[in-house]
Amino acid sequence: MKEFGRYVLFLESLVVRRETFITYYRLVMEECVQIGVKSISLFVLVSTFMGAVTTVQTAFNLVTPLVPRFVISQVVREMTVLELAPTIMAIIFAGKIGSSMAGGLGTMRITEQIDALEVMGINSSSYLVLPKIIASMLMYPMLVIFAGVCSLLGGYLVGTLTGIMTPTEYIMGLRSVFNQYTITFALTKSIVFAFLISSISCFKGYFTHGGALEVGIASTEAVTSSVIAVLLADYFLANLLL
Amino acid sequence: MIKIKNINKSFNGKIVLNKINGEFDKGKTNLIIGSSGTGKSVLLKCIVGLLQPDDGNVFYDLRNFTEADKEVKSEIRREIGMLFQGSALFDSKNVEQNVMFPLEILTKMPQDEKLDRVNFCLKRVGLENINKKMASEISGGMKKRVGIARAIVNNPNYLFCDEPNSGLDPQTSILIDELILEITHEFNITTIVVTHDMNSVLGIGEKIMFLYKGEKLWEGSNDDITHSGVKELDDFVFINKVMKSLKGK
Repeated sequence: MKEFGRYVLFLESLVVRRETFITYYRLVMEECVQIGVKSISLFVLVSTFMGAVTTVQTAFNLVTPLVPRFVISQVVREMTVLELAPTIMAIIFAGKIGSSMAGGLGTMRITEQIDALEVMGINSSSYLVLPKIIASMLMYPMLVIFAGVCSLLGGYLVGTLTGIMTPTEYIMGLRSVFNQYTITFALTKSIVFAFLISSISCFKGYFTHGGALEVGIASTEAVTSSVIAVLLADYFLANLLL
Repeated sequence: MIKIKNINKSFNGKIVLNKINGEFDKGKTNLIIGSSGTGKSVLLKCIVGLLQPDDGNVFYDLRNFTEADKEVKSEIRREIGMLFQGSALFDSKNVEQNVMFPLEILTKMPQDEKLDRVNFCLKRVGLENINKKMASEISGGMKKRVGIARAIVNNPNYLFCDEPNSGLDPQTSILIDELILEITHEFNITTIVVTHDMNSVLGIGEKIMFLYKGEKLWEGSNDDITHSGVKELDDFVFINKVMKSLKGK
């Protein structure tokens, strides 16, 4: 509870004594490149294979001829939109971006770079952390959309090239009984997950004390805590919004 | 001028600073000296506001910094330049961006004026043509110089240096000390240097405060330090053979 209280106070410190809008705009743009653009290749790779594997495994389990083949892509679509793209990618996001944020801030702390900002009269938490959180909340939903498309594409390629189903069947499955609300749900989840991962990781990194060993510990704790928070939030959001 | 009154600070019940009083004069290099673990850096952090003292007050030209609200503290901090022990240069920025950083954040100066000021400060600390080098590409001594350039770029009224010669060879240490002394006189600023380096103490200590186990035991100048009559200070000053032989003479 004490840790949670510190986390809430930390979040409060992000919005007091802010710098100018243009300063944040520049920082957010820089972070968008770091967080978003530089993560695309990993997201493409993981999500494409995820879609491909989901297609193969769904086909493997649908052994009865009474179920039409287009159901396979329907299952792939639902899994991708509801869980694989927003939640599994959030775990990847925590591993890549969360650990990087915690490590970066932890290093800045132990090398007195954060103290240097404070001495200059700058609210270091707001200056360093707020842009990371905003950039994460902007970029992660886009990465989720991107991952979703790549996952469905991966499923399409494997499904059609290996003869599991025809292109027409796959597309028919994607389009049948489609509930648009699942997209809204996925994007809502992605914004919440991005906030949790970035804020928790920054919190862990910002309060690092000691040396290089503690920076490593902070990075590990950032990923662990973020993943737990994402899984809990996933459950609560599913209960609340579905 | 900076004045400190009854500064107390303890960590987990252990007293680190015990009722420290003192004044640091404008236009002078004021040194806080003492062995490792005597509370020098803690005192400096209390003065600049990185640590909140348990008791006591810090006055910047009669402005009570300790009890000021965040806005006033922020204003005073914008008049401060600080050189950190490890230089604390921003890894993600090159030398020019590091030195320009306070101007970018704290002023609305046009870009060409900022660049002129950065080049002036880099030239002042003896560094030219390294503007585009990253912090990781320069030596420890150069990092200290860049740190000093960053500290003075915004024309501070107060300059703080935490162990400015740590990790440097004796020759570079003396150059850094001389630079701090020259800058203090040239810009007429209040400089506080935390050190345990005897070369610095004897070379630039215009006003010296000696801390021992969290208490101020002595105050004076480098001219008086060798005949202070304080046993703990003598133990600190005459630690090596060279100094002992000087004492004998």
